[in-house]
Amino acid sequence: MSEKSTPVRGVTRRQVLTSGAAAVVLTASGRASAVTIDGTPQWRPFDHNAADAVDPSQDWQFFTAEEAATVEAITERLIPADELSISGREAGCAIFIDRQLAGFFGTSERLYMQGPFVNGTPEQGDQSALIPRQRYRVGLAALDDYCRRQHQARFAELPGESQDEVLSGLERGEVPLEGIEAKEFFSLVHQNTMEGFFADPVYGGNRDMVSWRMIGFPGARYDYRDYIEKHNQKLDFEPLSIAGRSGWRTQG
Amino acid sequence: MPTKLPATDAVVVGLGWAGAIIANELVDEGLDVIGFERGPWRDTAKDFNIASVPDELRYNARQELMLRTAQNTCTMRNDVSQTALPMRSWGSFHPGNGTGGAGNHWAGITFRFQPEDFRLHSHLTERYGRQAVEAANLTLQDWGTDWEEMEPHYASFERVAGISGKAGNLNGTLQEGGNPFEGARSIEYPTPPLKQPYGPTLFAEAAREMGYHPFPVPSALVSEGYTNPLGVTMGPCTFCGFCTNYGCANYSKASAITTVLPALIRKPNFTAKTNCEVLRVTLDPSGTRATGIVYIDASGREWEQPAELVIVAAFTLENARLMLLSGVGEPYDPITQRGTTGRNYAYQTANSVQLFFDDKNFNPFIGAGAVGMGIDEFNNDNFDHTGLGFFGGGSIRVTPIGAAPIANRPVPPGTPTWGKEWKRATVDNYLSTMSIGCEASSYSQRGNYLSLDPNYSDRLGRPLLRMTFDFPENDLRMAQYCTDRVAEIARRMNPRQMVEKPMKGHWNSGPYQSSHVVGGFVMGSDPSVSSVNKYLQVWDVPNLFVVGASAFPQNPGYNPTGTVGALAYKAADAIRRLYLKHPGEMIA
Ligand SMILES: Cc1cc2nc3c(=O)[nH]c(=O)nc-3n(C[C@H](O)[C@H](O)[C@H](O)COP(=O)(O)OP(=O)(O)OC[C@H]3O[C@@H](n4cnc5c(N)ncnc54)[C@H](O)[C@@H]3O)c2cc1C
Ligand code: SF4
Repeated sequence: MSEKSTPVRGVTRRQVLTSGAAAVVLTASGRASAVTIDGTPQWRPFDHNAADAVDPSQDWQFFTAEEAATVEAITERLIPADELSISGREAGCAIFIDRQLAGFFGTSERLYMQGPFVNGTPEQGDQSALIPRQRYRVGLAALDDYCRRQHQARFAELPGESQDEVLSGLERGEVPLEGIEAKEFFSLVHQNTMEGFFADPVYGGNRDMVSWRMIGFPGARYDYRDYIEKHNQKLDFEPLSIAGRSGWRTQG
Repeated sequence: MPTKLPATDAVVVGLGWAGAIIANELVDEGLDVIGFERGPWRDTAKDFNIASVPDELRYNARQELMLRTAQNTCTMRNDVSQTALPMRSWGSFHPGNGTGGAGNHWAGITFRFQPEDFRLHSHLTERYGRQAVEAANLTLQDWGTDWEEMEPHYASFERVAGISGKAGNLNGTLQEGGNPFEGARSIEYPTPPLKQPYGPTLFAEAAREMGYHPFPVPSALVSEGYTNPLGVTMGPCTFCGFCTNYGCANYSKASAITTVLPALIRKPNFTAKTNCEVLRVTLDPSGTRATGIVYIDASGREWEQPAELVIVAAFTLENARLMLLSGVGEPYDPITQRGTTGRNYAYQTANSVQLFFDDKNFNPFIGAGAVGMGIDEFNNDNFDHTGLGFFGGGSIRVTPIGAAPIANRPVPPGTPTWGKEWKRATVDNYLSTMSIGCEASSYSQRGNYLSLDPNYSDRLGRPLLRMTFDFPENDLRMAQYCTDRVAEIARRMNPRQMVEKPMKGHWNSGPYQSSHVVGGFVMGSDPSVSSVNKYLQVWDVPNLFVVGASAFPQNPGYNPTGTVGALAYKAADAIRRLYLKHPGEMIA
C-alpha cells in the first residue's frame, strides 16, 4: 500500500493555479475553491451563512420607476387588500421581486442556460432562453403597450376591474404580448408575487409576517416537541421571522 | 493533459451516503483513502445554523442545497422518437451536491426492501407463471443476492443512522405495532418511533378499523439522543417542519455529515478533496483494470489520481454518466437490448389523495420529512395480483413534512389562483387539509434507459446524461388500483371533499415526484443483463465498484436509501473480507 505523507491538519486552501479558466468554473459553482481536508475542519462560531437580507428603504435596484409602478399595480390585484390582510403591494411584494431580479435569480446564473433553445413537449419544461430580468423587462413593456392599444392608458393607470380583466387574459394566454408568451410572463409574476407574500420578511415582502398571521403559520420556529401530540387544537403561535420580530428590535 | 499525482490505495468518488460509508470502512481496514466531492464541505454547525435554516425561499424555492444545473444537469424525453431537452432547473427530482449529498436535504423515510424484491422476477414467475410475467412487458430482474445476504448490512446502516421505528418481525416472530410485511430483522430499530401528529393518527385509526396494520414509518430522524457505533452523537428531532429540501440544524436527521464524516475526517489515513469534480475513471489499455480517476479542481486544472481501488458513489445519475464517459461496459441499446450501461433505469410512481375537512385542525406546520404512519397491505406483492393486469404496489402513508406556505397552500380544485376568492380559500383550508400518499413501485421496461446526450453538454463540453423514461402501462394500472384503495381509507375518514391523484399520462419533469431515480448500472448474476455483481464489483473490471441506487434493477414501492446504505456496507464488507485478500473477480 502507498506511503502516507504527513497529513496537514485543518483546512488548506490549495489555490493550485489561478488562471483564466478559474472564472468560468467559479460562476458555475459559486464561491468554490478546491479544498483539501485532513483532520478536524475549521469553522468560526457564528460564521453561519446568513440569509441575504433586504433593506426595503433603498431605491429600486432593478426596476425603473415605471416598471415598479406596474409591478406594484399587479401585486395589488393578485393579492388584494381585504378583511383578511393588506395587499401584496403593501406587504412589499414588488420590493421582493425587484431584489430577487437584482440577485442570482434574475440572471439564471445557477441554471443550465446553454442552447440550443428549442420548444419541447409540456413534459420537458421551461426551455426559454430569456432570463427572469428579460422576462420582466420585455413583459412589462409589452403589457403597457397592450394596455395603451386597448385602453389608451398604462396598466397602472387602469381601474381595478380592467386590470383584473387584463390579468385574467394573461393567465389564460389570451392577451397577446410582444416578445414573450403571455402565460409565461403571467406565471413568473404570479410565482414571484406569491413567493414574496409568503417568504420570510427578510426578503422584502410579507411585511410584519402578515401572510403568516393570516393563515396561522408560525414561521421560523424550530421546536414543536411539546405540541405535536396536541391534536386538533388551535395553537395560536405568534409568528417568528429568521430576523426575529419587530417587537424585539430596540429603537435607535 | 492532467497532472499525475502520487498513487493512493483507494479513491472514492462522491461523499454522500454511499461514498462516506465505504470510505470509512476502507480507512478502518488501514487503506489510504482520498474522497472526492464536486461540491463544498458541509458541516451542521456552519451551514445549517438554526438562525438561518428555516428559510423556505432559499432552500425550497431557490434550491440552495441542490446541485446547480449550471454545473451539471441531464436531458430528458419520454421516448426514443423525441429529442431530449435539458432540465434547466430541477423539478421532478432534486440531486444533491457537497459532502452529505442528497442525504442532507432528504426526507429520511428509511425502509428495507422485502425479501421477495431481491428475486422479483423469480418470485413473480413462481407465483403467477411465466406467461403472466411476460405479458406485463417489463424487464424485471433478480438482484443476484438474497435476504440472508442483505439483512446484516441493513442492520449496520440502521445502527449508524440511528433509525427510529418499531420492528414488525424480529427474527421471524411478528411484533405488535410494527410492519407485519417486513422481512425478518435481526435487531429492533436503534431508536423508538417518533411521536405522531394528528393526520397520521387519524389515518392509522381508519386503517385499523378496516383491518389493516398501520405502523410508524421508519425514519432517519432520531427520536432521542443517540450515539452511533462510530461515536457520533445525534439529538432528537423537534418536528420543525423545515426538513425535506433543507439541512437539519439539530443533528437529528441522519446523513453522512451527521453520522459518518465527523468520525471519518478525523482519521489520519483519510483525505477529502472538495469542490473537485471527477471527470472519468481511467482504465489500463486492456480495459479490465481501473488505474484511478481524473478530476478538475475549482481553478479549472485537471489532475490524475492513480489508485489501486476505485469506488464510484456519485448518485444514480452521475454513476451511470461516469461509466458511459469512461467507456465502462457497453452502452445499452433499447432497440437490440444489447449492452448494459444505462439499462433498466426506473423511478418511483407517486400517487396521493388529498382530504379537505371543515372541523379539523392539523397544525400542518408541525412535521418532519419522515414522521407518520403507513400500511403495506397494497405494496409490492403483498396482495394477490391474479387477474389484476399489473404487478407491483405502493407504500400508503401519511407523512406531514411541514407546511411552509410558498409551496404548501392547498385549495380545492377550481379555486382561482389569485384575488379575493383565492385568499379566502387559502385561509379556510390551510390548517384543515391533509393528504395520504402512496409511493409506489416503478418497474423497468425496455425503452427506459440512460445514455449520453448527443446535443447538450456540460460547462466543460462533456455530454450531459440523457434520460429516456415514461411510465410503463403496468405502473399506470397499478397507480390507479392503489389510489382507489387509498381513497377507500380516505372516505372512511369522512372529509368534506377529497381529490384522488393517481399517476397518469406521461412522466413530466416539472412537478416534484421523488428523487428516487434508480438503475442504469444494475446488479445481478448474469453479466449480459447486469453491470455489477452482488458485491457491486464491475464485471470484468474487478478493482472498480459502483455503488448506489444505480444498482437497483427495478424499484419496489419503497424509498431507496435504506437499501443504498445496505449495499454500501455490503460492498465494503466484500472488499474487506474477500477482495483485499485476493484482489480479482469475486464471482467468476
Ligand atoms: C428531497 C429529497 C428527499 C428524499 N427523501 C428520501 C426518503 O425519504 N427516503 C429515502 O430512502 N431516500 C430519500 N431521498 C433519496 C436519498 O437522498 C438518496 O437515495 C441518497 O442520498 C443516495 O445516496 P448516494 O450516496 O447514492 O448519493 P448522494 O447522497 O447524492 O451522494 C453522492 C455524492 O456524490 C457527489 N458527486 C456526484 N458526482 C460527482 C463527481 N463527478 N465528482 C465528485 N463528486 C460527485 C455529489 O455531489 C454527492 O455529494 C431523497 C432525496 C431528496 C433529494
Ligand atoms: S424535522 Fe426534525 S430532522 Fe427534520 S430538520 Fe427539523 S429537527 Fe431536523
